[in-house]
Amino acid sequence: MNISSIKNLIRKNILDTPPSGIRKYFDLINEMKGAISLGIGEPDFETPWTIREEGIYSLEKGRTHYSSNAGFIELREEISRYMDRKYSLQYDPKDEILVTVGGSEAIDIAVRTFAGPGDEVIVPEPSFVAYKGCVMFTGATPVTIELKAKDRFKLKPEQILDAITEKTKAIIIGYPNNPTGATMDHDDYAALVEVLKDKDIIVISDELYAELTYQGKHASIAQFPEMKYKTIVINGFSKAFAMTGWRIGFVCCNAEILDQMKKIHQYALMCSPTTAQFAAIEALRNGEDEVRRMTEEYNRRRLIMVDGMRKAGLDCFEPVGAFYVFPDIRSTGMSSDSFCERLLLEEKVLMVPGNAFGACGEGFVRATYATSIENIREALIRIARFVKRIKK
Amino acid sequence: MKKELLNILKKNCRLTYDEMAVMLGVTAKEVQEAMKELDEKGIIIAYNALIDWEKVDDEIVTAYIEVRVTPQRGQGYDKVAERIYKYPQVTACCLMSGGFDLFVIVEGKNMKEVALFVAEKLAPIESVLSCSTHFVLKKYKENSVVFNGFHKDDREAVVL
Repeated sequence: MNISSIKNLIRKNILDTPPSGIRKYFDLINEMKGAISLGIGEPDFETPWTIREEGIYSLEKGRTHYSSNAGFIELREEISRYMDRKYSLQYDPKDEILVTVGGSEAIDIAVRTFAGPGDEVIVPEPSFVAYKGCVMFTGATPVTIELKAKDRFKLKPEQILDAITEKTKAIIIGYPNNPTGATMDHDDYAALVEVLKDKDIIVISDELYAELTYQGKHASIAQFPEMKYKTIVINGFSKAFAMTGWRIGFVCCNAEILDQMKKIHQYALMCSPTTAQFAAIEALRNGEDEVRRMTEEYNRRRLIMVDGMRKAGLDCFEPVGAFYVFPDIRSTGMSSDSFCERLLLEEKVLMVPGNAFGACGEGFVRATYATSIENIREALIRIARFVKRIKK
Repeated sequence: MKKELLNILKKNCRLTYDEMAVMLGVTAKEVQEAMKELDEKGIIIAYNALIDWEKVDDEIVTAYIEVRVTPQRGQGYDKVAERIYKYPQVTACCLMSGGFDLFVIVEGKNMKEVALFVAEKLAPIESVLSCSTHFVLKKYKENSVVFNGFHKDDREAVVL
């Protein structure tokens, strides 16, 4: 055997899964001086100090060992209280909560628990790039649904009905949504519950951006009793508490499901980083004021961003969650790719082409407002100049 | 709306009327009027820049002074406080609970200037019993802002 024959050994499912399209311009922007990136999908805030302090303290105390596979019980108890307090969802810390290595692991093990070769998993798009990848790795087929700007990128019951076949095992729902910033309220979910309640389909609900909801209250499909037992709720600390690098998230679902997911977590990861777990306990006990402060700041930037995109001449749906805007660039007559490439080369502003989040994202671009108001202000000036020039 | 406007201004008073209007969901004219009202009512007292004087050539010396005074009949501490805070060298003056009465911040070009001010102006005031002067050696944080706290945004330019 030689190096060139290694490829023959690699599973086809892995070879066939494309790398994230978001990283396309990475090298280009890294060489550029004075470029502004609106492509970063993480908070610009540092983790609040009280949270970092607890992590440091745990290291000083030498608390550097494994935790139980599911995570420290103190943390699971805090998560249980938090989910009840914030979203009126009750989960038993003993056997219905699993602490994971970020929301990403949670998505992976949830999909792996239910999908395999021959199965189908419904993935509404545009959505987080990892959903489809996780499904493809298992050998299952992702069945995509095209979310529409005219529906404010909400998922509609008839779209689910059209996508369901006898092979459907699960559907992955992600609201507040990356990249559109769309949210679903209680009534929106009620309509979905009507079509899902009698089906043997698992709902994987990625609610990582739940805290970043700017209008009304965050809703979860698990709040419907007829759905709770078959819904896997994924949440975490990365976005809300500005803890991306700590890699810590969690899953809540009924014990029947969680016992199985826990096995994958146990064998593949052992447990999530314990320093992050100690920090996370503090986040839930004393971090909420900081979350509110950050959310208020995001909200101000959100309004400036939407207003700026519209003034620049781009049609922009008003996002009410997460920290992204998803303007429609079709009026420029350009493709998402060429828009982003030219904007970067000519004005040194990086946005992510919408098609990186699914084919139906073509005609849109994603920009984050998780960056300083000064950056946003300057970026909007450059975008407006660029749009004016190409529309001439 | 006014409370939110104050929260915005507290963090950054260099936003334009238009930007604040977008953040508040009102018109720029309404923002302008609200700010005028807040100014007139004395709710917004000043729009100051926070400066790290250490980085400027002509350094400024700051002293925090604990002053013990005898309150005056019928006027309490207010009259003596006024006699102190009217000096332009005094940048802050508060009545305190605890071991002393007035907390006074004094700024000057150098230590000698501040010391002379204390010796010649502050201490001789009739009701002042004692002054304990502490010079500031280094400022770490003021008005919720960390000095030298700025660091480059070193996040990966694109993630996933």
